[in-house]
Amino acid sequence: MTPFTFARAADAPEAVRLGAAPGARYLGGGTNLVDLMRETIERPSALVDVTGLSRTIDERPDGSLLIGAAAKNTAVAEHPAVRSRYPLLSRAIVAGASAQIRNMATVGGNILQRTRCTYFYDDDGARCNKRSPGQGCDAIGGFNRIHAVLGASEACVATHPSDMCVALAALDAQVHLHGPQGARSVALTDLHRLPEDHPELDTILAPGELITAIELPALPFAVHSSYRKVRDRSSYAFALVSVAAAIDVDGGIVRDVRLALGGVAHKPWRARIAEDALKGRPATTDSFRAAAAAELADAAPLQDNAFKIGLAQRTIVAVLESLTGRQP
Amino acid sequence: MDMTIRINGSETPLPSDPRVSLLDLLREHLHLSGTKKGCNQGACGACTVLVDGEERILSCLALAVQYAGRSITSIEGLANGEGLHPLQQAFIEHDGFQCGYCTPGQICSAIGMAAELRRGVPSYVTDDIADGAVAFSHDEVRERMSGNVCRCGAYNGIVAAITETVREEAP
Repeated sequence: MTPFTFARAADAPEAVRLGAAPGARYLGGGTNLVDLMRETIERPSALVDVTGLSRTIDERPDGSLLIGAAAKNTAVAEHPAVRSRYPLLSRAIVAGASAQIRNMATVGGNILQRTRCTYFYDDDGARCNKRSPGQGCDAIGGFNRIHAVLGASEACVATHPSDMCVALAALDAQVHLHGPQGARSVALTDLHRLPEDHPELDTILAPGELITAIELPALPFAVHSSYRKVRDRSSYAFALVSVAAAIDVDGGIVRDVRLALGGVAHKPWRARIAEDALKGRPATTDSFRAAAAAELADAAPLQDNAFKIGLAQRTIVAVLESLTGRQP
Repeated sequence: MDMTIRINGSETPLPSDPRVSLLDLLREHLHLSGTKKGCNQGACGACTVLVDGEERILSCLALAVQYAGRSITSIEGLANGEGLHPLQQAFIEHDGFQCGYCTPGQICSAIGMAAELRRGVPSYVTDDIADGAVAFSHDEVRERMSGNVCRCGAYNGIVAAITETVREEAP
């Protein structure tokens, strides 16, 4: 690790003031950032510990749920309101990492974790446009079975590794930010970027901007929701493909549906094409298959990851069948 | 800012260099070598310790300074004098190890797991997430201990030792 100074912020204004220093980074649980610093992929000159900021989880009068960004992953997953009203979020969180890491990791840090592309981590042996802009990408043409099939570019085929964010994308979560220019709020689906020509930028955050909270709008039909993760081993592995879904069926017709995919793109992938294809249609396996196929129609496989296109479709269908009682 | 940390009940000054991990503080500065450095990147669980008695974390991914003012328990802090912690005894009786390198992390992790079960924290194999309670089962133990790797493959003994010790207090 390169040397850095360490300070603990008492509140968001102090954090933003400290975070404005050149080379400063905000520190949550450290489960990703400390690792990247040890590999010298991240070289901050100052760390601002923001784990002392709000970690409360509040049910608000309008039915929304406000989660402080310093809340630990475990605290969110075990919260009674999250479990009963947004079970897909609890299930997505406990699908990720290990119990020890979930006890350390914060909500804000989970959102801002970086890709686990092995070429991004291989500072000595591989080219990576995300790590060193303009250098080239050794994942394209390399071993790329874990890489993106949707929304990738010629500069980058990395995926976003979070499970939690896939559920947040499905739930229309709003991300509350505090920065040198003041406070604002953005949709989680607009926070992360597609790589295009600038894969070094994971998000649209301005320099020094800090995530302070996540807001989940009321979504009554999310009580019928789930998260399914497909991976190389049954626990403690990143997703090859994952699906977060909530569905509202009335009289056999899909009244509303939320669908998001993980493991397939540079950002949590909200499957709006599939959602539009399902709304107003019969809640049948044929409808689910057609919607899944439409969502993946523009998928572009690399040498090793074409399997993800079929796997994503089958997983979407399986989750929707399960939620609508078509299979145990 | 509080510049001390409590390790197994003893107040200890924090290192002046914030780069020192909690794991290196334990092993290299305090010579508490029970906590093991396996991968040093959060993949193996050998460095698992407990914060404030029962919250399991990975000491390799923690900067010691992040835990200023907190209380850390490592494997050295579990036994009561010459009397082993019940989980330590159960690991011996069930052959819960071969080389023993992962064992301190496994035992600290299992203590944290037991506390999570008492609170009803769900896991990925919990059938009904909305239900506040979690039923103790073989699959729950395996899933909840997946962050602790044993390269000798002593998993059957590990699960048996944990099951015997934790089941009695499970809901």
